[in-house]
Amino acid sequence: MPGTVQSIERAAAILRMLAGGPGRLGLSEIARALDLAKGTTHGILRTLQGVGFVEQDRTSGQYQLGAALLHLGTSYLDINELRSRSINWADPLAANSGEAVRIGTVLEGEVLVVHHVFRPDDTFQTLDVGTLLPLHATALGKVLLAYRAGGATVRSELTAYTRKTLIGRRELTAGLEQVREQGFAADIEELTLGQAAVAAPIRSYGGLVIGAIGVSGPVERLCDSHYRPRPHLITCVRDAARAISRDLGATR
Amino acid sequence: MTEKYVVAIDQGTTSTRCIVFDRRGQLVSMAQQEHRQYFPRPGWAEHDAMEIWRNVERLAPRALRQAGVTLDQVAAVGIANQRETTVIWDKHTGVPAGRAITWQDTRTSSLVHALSENSADVSEISGLPLMTYFSGPRLRWMLDQTPGLHQRAARGELLCGTMETWLIWNLTGGRRHVTDVTNASRTMLLDIHSLDWSSKAIDFFGIPHAMLPEVRPSIGDFGTASHAFPGVRIGAALGDQQAALFGQTCFTAGEAKCTYGTGSFLLLNTGPELVASNNGLLSTVAYQIAGSPAAYALEGSIAITGSLVQWFRDQLELISSAPEIETLARTVTDNGGCYIVPAFSGLYAPHWRSEARGVIVGLTSYITKGHLARAVLEATAWQTREVVDAMNANSGLGLSTLKVDGGMTADNLLMQMIADVLDVPLVRPLAVETVSLGAAYAAGLAVGYWPDLDGLRRNWHIAGQWMPAMDPGIRAAEYANWRRAVERTFDWIQPA
Repeated sequence: MPGTVQSIERAAAILRMLAGGPGRLGLSEIARALDLAKGTTHGILRTLQGVGFVEQDRTSGQYQLGAALLHLGTSYLDINELRSRSINWADPLAANSGEAVRIGTVLEGEVLVVHHVFRPDDTFQTLDVGTLLPLHATALGKVLLAYRAGGATVRSELTAYTRKTLIGRRELTAGLEQVREQGFAADIEELTLGQAAVAAPIRSYGGLVIGAIGVSGPVERLCDSHYRPRPHLITCVRDAARAISRDLGATR
Repeated sequence: MTEKYVVAIDQGTTSTRCIVFDRRGQLVSMAQQEHRQYFPRPGWAEHDAMEIWRNVERLAPRALRQAGVTLDQVAAVGIANQRETTVIWDKHTGVPAGRAITWQDTRTSSLVHALSENSADVSEISGLPLMTYFSGPRLRWMLDQTPGLHQRAARGELLCGTMETWLIWNLTGGRRHVTDVTNASRTMLLDIHSLDWSSKAIDFFGIPHAMLPEVRPSIGDFGTASHAFPGVRIGAALGDQQAALFGQTCFTAGEAKCTYGTGSFLLLNTGPELVASNNGLLSTVAYQIAGSPAAYALEGSIAITGSLVQWFRDQLELISSAPEIETLARTVTDNGGCYIVPAFSGLYAPHWRSEARGVIVGLTSYITKGHLARAVLEATAWQTREVVDAMNANSGLGLSTLKVDGGMTADNLLMQMIADVLDVPLVRPLAVETVSLGAAYAAGLAVGYWPDLDGLRRNWHIAGQWMPAMDPGIRAAEYANWRRAVERTFDWIQPA
């Protein structure tokens, strides 16, 4: 068994101290109590601050527990509850876009489809709730990757489903950066030739992304003459994602 | 021209909702507020009618604000309500004479027992068996309970009604005391053939005529609101299950739907002809458009379905939210031989056994909470099967698909179970909130927002479908087990 990591032990001690204390604590106070050098303590505090576990008061410079820590135990949302809470907004999305709607979350490195609304044209379609899709080659998956929903990370080996699939680490990273900038993801013939999709993040308390909702269909319906997703569809998808997020307690 | 919308008020058993719909029947915004459930004694279930009205007043502006819609953009408001829940209030002060007694309440069982000997005529007139479920016995109980109440009612100082009557009276500032035919058809006081109060039935229950609301067609004119939606026309009122039938656009004879909520209700449109039930189903009014004959329906009512999941969550505390029942049920692959029959307030259709009480059978040390969760969901599936069997026998029609709606349609495992035990496909329309949608459709139709029934039908699309996939041998064996479990609930409550 490998030995324990000293800096994590120290970080845990700092968190316990902040949790047990009466309010905010100053740097020297913490360093003194734990018998640590100020520089070491400051480094750990800054790291904890970076992940949101600790917050620093602007005027006093003192430290307290961060909001992310408080949501640590409550961020999990049951997939059946996610479906139940989004069903009222997925239907209008299908009606407004005229396309099939899917909601996805992360399961063991893939997108798990937790809800599916048929394309509203009354043709024969089959429910694919429970189906798994690749993270890197779908709009739903790229949203989940971009916001690291459920701890989603890029795999080392990426399968090319079409010539358009992003399999280079650098281009995928750039693609995910773009998703975060735009607030939505698109997949145009990256999983299946002739098919496109648009997806946006579903957020829960504190803005944490816990899933993605999107529409998919033929390229000629989803994209404009420049081979880009139609702005109207993007608006519909983002509106639906925002409505669900609001119901789930996300503030923005 | 600014876009117009229709608003539905869905006054349900556990909550009240205001929903804004657009011209395609799609939900634009929804505001919801739960109200308190009072269970003062076993078998009693009450609501505070004033709390419910205050919720409507609060929800109305919230729903409009969320939708970014102003009052002058609202073409009409429609009401769908929990049925048979009854309240009496003071005509001058508007203050209820007590809590509203809900449809789940069984306190009138001894009264019903005492009245049952001479009830054949009233059952014939109203189309309903004499049961604690309906409003008539409930009104009589309320009048008997408080000294002087009967006299005040006879002097015209008190008004009574089901929830739509209470809401319309408040919405119009006390100017309109009206009910619609679908709600009235659940009182046992309405002549289901002539669609007006029956003097014989009213006398049978000893209700002063002066306290009853005027009966009106479901789709037409209920006045203009002066409160909550000032200046907006109230175009429709329907019992929630009839509203769902309307929202599913089941406008022609032979079309049926089942709504999965607190209880579950399968309604089959039987057209302008009243079909008398002989299989434990109810004959009821589906809807009536002002100036047209009424459409009737056969109804299979199941008292406890979603509320069994709530019980599992709140009383047993085995799950923390209702949808988690599916997660828990999926931890096992079958029921492990365990069956739950939720006869909490007796059994409704097709058995109508008010003396029955719930059972959990087949318990062994093998059973886990996962098996119990499965048995909870299966109870809804098998109860649907019993009602569909009765419906097929009664109507002579074989159901080929079942249109479903309501909150429980979000439960994929349950929907698959129902398709499996019925051996027919289940289809979910592109609108789960069909109760509200039906009220909106009806109100919009009344004011010309939608031109006709065909226009509404074009809004209906399939959003999801579940195909049966159960081995016929297993289906038969499980159904036999279920029926044996049901028999074990009978005769539990002994007459006092």
